Amino acid sequence: MKLLRCPLNGLRNISEFIYGGEVHPLTDPRHQDARAWAEQVFFDDNAAGVVLEWWCHRPTSYWFIAERNTVTDQVIRTFASSELYAERVTFPRAGSGDPHA
Amino acid sequence: MLEPRLSEPRLPEPYGQWIDRTQAITFSFEGQAYSGFQGDTIASALAANDQWLLSRSFKYHRPRGLLTLAGQDANTLVQLSSDPNALADRVLITEGLLVHAQNFSGTLNRDRNAILGLLAPFLPVAFYYKAFFRPRGIWQLWARFFRKRAGLGVIDQGFKPKRFAQSHRHCDILVIGGGPAGLAASIEAAEAGADVLLVDENVALGGSLNYGDADLDETPDALPRDALIATVNQLENLEVLTGAICNGWYADNWIPVVQGEHLFKVRARQVIFATGSLEQPVVFRNNDLPGIMMSSAAMRLTQLYGVQPGRQGVVVCGSWEGYRAALALARAGVRVSGIVDFRARPDEGHVLVDQVQAAGIPIWFEHGVDQAIASVDQNHVAGLDIGPLQAGQVARDPVTRLPCDFVAMAGGYVPTYQLACQAGGRLLYDDAQAAFAIEGLPDDCWLAGSVNGVWHQGPVQADGVRAGKDALQALGMTGAGGEPVPKTSEGLNFVWPIFAHAKGKEFVDFDEDLQINDILNATREGYEHIQLVKRYSTAGMGPSQGRHSALTVARLVADATGKTVAETGVTTARPPFAAEQLAHTGGRGFFLKRHSAMHHRHIELGAEMMQSGAWFRPAFYGEAADKNACIQAEMNQVRSGVGMIDVSTLGGIEVRGVDAAEFLNRVYTGGFKKQPVGKARYALLINEAGVVLDDGVACRLQANHFYVTATTGGVDSVYRSMLKWNAQWRLKVDIANVTSAYCAINIAGPKARAVLARVAEDVDLSAEAFPYMGVRTGSLGGVPVRFIRVGFVGELGFEIHAPQQYGEALWDLLMAAGQDSGIQPFGVEAQRGLRLEKAHIIVGQDTDAMSNPFEIQMGWALSRKKAYFVGHRTLQELEQRPLTRVLAGFMIKDINTPQPLESHLVLDGNAMIGRVTSCMTSPTLNAIIGLAYVPVAFAEPGCCILIKVDGGQRVTAEIVSTPFYDPESRRQDLES
Repeated sequence: MKLLRCPLNGLRNISEFIYGGEVHPLTDPRHQDARAWAEQVFFDDNAAGVVLEWWCHRPTSYWFIAERNTVTDQVIRTFASSELYAERVTFPRAGSGDPHA
Repeated sequence: MLEPRLSEPRLPEPYGQWIDRTQAITFSFEGQAYSGFQGDTIASALAANDQWLLSRSFKYHRPRGLLTLAGQDANTLVQLSSDPNALADRVLITEGLLVHAQNFSGTLNRDRNAILGLLAPFLPVAFYYKAFFRPRGIWQLWARFFRKRAGLGVIDQGFKPKRFAQSHRHCDILVIGGGPAGLAASIEAAEAGADVLLVDENVALGGSLNYGDADLDETPDALPRDALIATVNQLENLEVLTGAICNGWYADNWIPVVQGEHLFKVRARQVIFATGSLEQPVVFRNNDLPGIMMSSAAMRLTQLYGVQPGRQGVVVCGSWEGYRAALALARAGVRVSGIVDFRARPDEGHVLVDQVQAAGIPIWFEHGVDQAIASVDQNHVAGLDIGPLQAGQVARDPVTRLPCDFVAMAGGYVPTYQLACQAGGRLLYDDAQAAFAIEGLPDDCWLAGSVNGVWHQGPVQADGVRAGKDALQALGMTGAGGEPVPKTSEGLNFVWPIFAHAKGKEFVDFDEDLQINDILNATREGYEHIQLVKRYSTAGMGPSQGRHSALTVARLVADATGKTVAETGVTTARPPFAAEQLAHTGGRGFFLKRHSAMHHRHIELGAEMMQSGAWFRPAFYGEAADKNACIQAEMNQVRSGVGMIDVSTLGGIEVRGVDAAEFLNRVYTGGFKKQPVGKARYALLINEAGVVLDDGVACRLQANHFYVTATTGGVDSVYRSMLKWNAQWRLKVDIANVTSAYCAINIAGPKARAVLARVAEDVDLSAEAFPYMGVRTGSLGGVPVRFIRVGFVGELGFEIHAPQQYGEALWDLLMAAGQDSGIQPFGVEAQRGLRLEKAHIIVGQDTDAMSNPFEIQMGWALSRKKAYFVGHRTLQELEQRPLTRVLAGFMIKDINTPQPLESHLVLDGNAMIGRVTSCMTSPTLNAIIGLAYVPVAFAEPGCCILIKVDGGQRVTAEIVSTPFYDPESRRQDLES
């Protein structure tokens, strides 16, 4: 059984964690055409190489991000999601497509 | 002529170090009584009694005897009373033990099926694939015949399941193998303070030091076995497990260790593989006859059990290891009548040649084996025909026949690579040394000793110390790693110890009875890749997993295909390394069980409990035999009077903070920003694909404080999904799953308000002051509670949520308050019926992994004004497309019609066009009602649909508008 280092709880058995999918930048879907939106919802990159993934430590419901090589199954590092998502995201009623505006 | 058997079969001490000659033990084999000593295995005790034939081979039913005496081959598989396929060279004899041989018909000595061996030329590799497929269907007949021949051993059908113990063990360094390298590595690591676990599969530590002491005096700097073991025993931070097998390597050094009926799940920070090497057979005609064994097996027999491998033996070898074995056997008093050396006489003399000659043992240099000759009864080796080697082939002129009753084969070695390769090591082949080598282990794994290509006592122990130092350095316990020890494997493996014979029967794989031609035929038929050769020929698929055939197969395939052995490689050796029982892996299940705070009240009231996820909930109150009557009575009570139900299992999530309303606005489909304090709103959760995931109500307790309910089964994933979204949005909210902190009761029925008013202290329950979907906080009998006026069951009703420690008090309070009104508790079954009469959906029952809000007619729950919510974009697209199905209500007025059940099909002719999601016989409406997915064209009220019920009957149902009951929802707005 693999081990995974939770940034909050330390090194734990992988059975304590839930995989939460690939990390993708947040987009404002209102401004995406149907094809682009469908690709985002239904398709994963499924890349061979170093990828970013969401993981959740189930007993503490703590979400964090792991940088993992999908070829070697080696976890390079894990870190708090605030490293990537530091700013409040808003979806303005009208205007630009930038959710960070 | 052979000499007669010695009257005293056991060698004097110190030979026989593992047996206790003061403890005689009687056991039986094939119905005949034998005696051995405490410490004897079945195989060694039988050998001491001159019983060498142990089993019959899988395919040709050839006689087989011990091969490795180390539990590594399939020749010694025997039947115990309740265990088939026990290893006779592993299992110790006990008083009265009943042992039977396997895989023969008639008697072991005269197996009727041995005739199959004569048919061998007509049973080529892949015979089964080729022969029995025509005409179509013929295989079914042949299969009956072959099934009788297939498999080994007999299962005890009266077997009583047993639970084996399992435990976890963590250590700094796990050392696998207690031979000289493993002992040295363990001592080095433990003396530096590391927590070390040393595991060995044998009954005692020592490894090759226990039987192969021949070269200790050649390397005087090595420590003797007893000194090493004494040090090991003194170290308190060094734990030893003997008779224990590391059965696999899994990610991050997670290793199952099987010791008898105990499974240790070991997590090691560092692993040292000191797994040694497996001696390899020599391939020649009839090399499988009993009496022909590995040279290490002959030495184990004499040293460990004090048993002579025979009266007179020949050693066949391609290295000096055979000489060491011959000398060790001769020292023990075993008569060795010759060494057949495949190599040419060395130009310069060699000390071992001198020693062997001094011992009077003749050497045939540059000779190979033509064939082994069987005894008269065909069950033992009686001689060996040898001839001079010319270009690797045995020249049959002249053939010399050496009479013998045992042959010790020293064909070379394969590192015990299985675990190391599971850890990521790659098996390379050194063409110059004709030997495998392992490379490319991960950072926290190390090799030590002969598995690392280091041989002879001095270097092996030095390599163990080096591995210990490397592991310590990786742990940060020492500054420097060990000094690399040069590989010392020169000359151990002869390049081609394979002697083909025109008549075949040169066994490459003993488990599967594969001969040289079987492997070559596979390559000739186009299966050139080693993985294909394995699957086509079954080489390496038997119980010993290619331990003694992988190298020969690789050599034969490489030679036949013009590749190198390195390019050819070997097949993957997956766990388990040795056979394990289901009881080892089938551990106990730990199933979470949750009881609400009112659980014991339900039991006292005679509730039939049901499981809903981990929760136990009352299904109904009463005897199981009266189930339907109980449920209908409970429903009637709610419709006509007042009932109450424990809804503590509902999920509860607190959302607090300045962004609380904004957060719910994004997560749920409805609008929450303008929701007044003191009101509840229906909350529907969908995912980005527009699929309905959950529902509940969101209660605004304060401007920045919502209490949201979720379904019993869904709350954990709803909560997790909320946290994940806000890990990205970074809104100012605190989200807490308070499901376990609250208990709740739903009190419902026309008399609900009157009952509640008797105990409400500080909340005005009147229709004007507390309207439908209102939320209030207050107290009931001193218990702080939250009231939510909801109508899930379609009557005037209040959910009362309170801190869970008040559960029983609240239950008792309401039951007492309602006594005069005839209050009765109702269970989950009645609640399901009541809500179905109102056509309120249950997410997960009436929805599936594709259901969107439009299909379940919940467009009303979607806010059209919001800038964004999860799934919004998908709904925009779905709305523009025609619906393919709708969840519609149906009714069957004649209640004597067979009642459809969940998942029964809706048919149009023979086409499946939908399915039932909920159905019941409604006592209120006196009709069968239900919900079903149907195509839009069938969804209009008045349409008739056909439902195929149990037994295949088709019943007609009419689509009706919903709710079935009280369509204008007047009941839940009762003023009184």
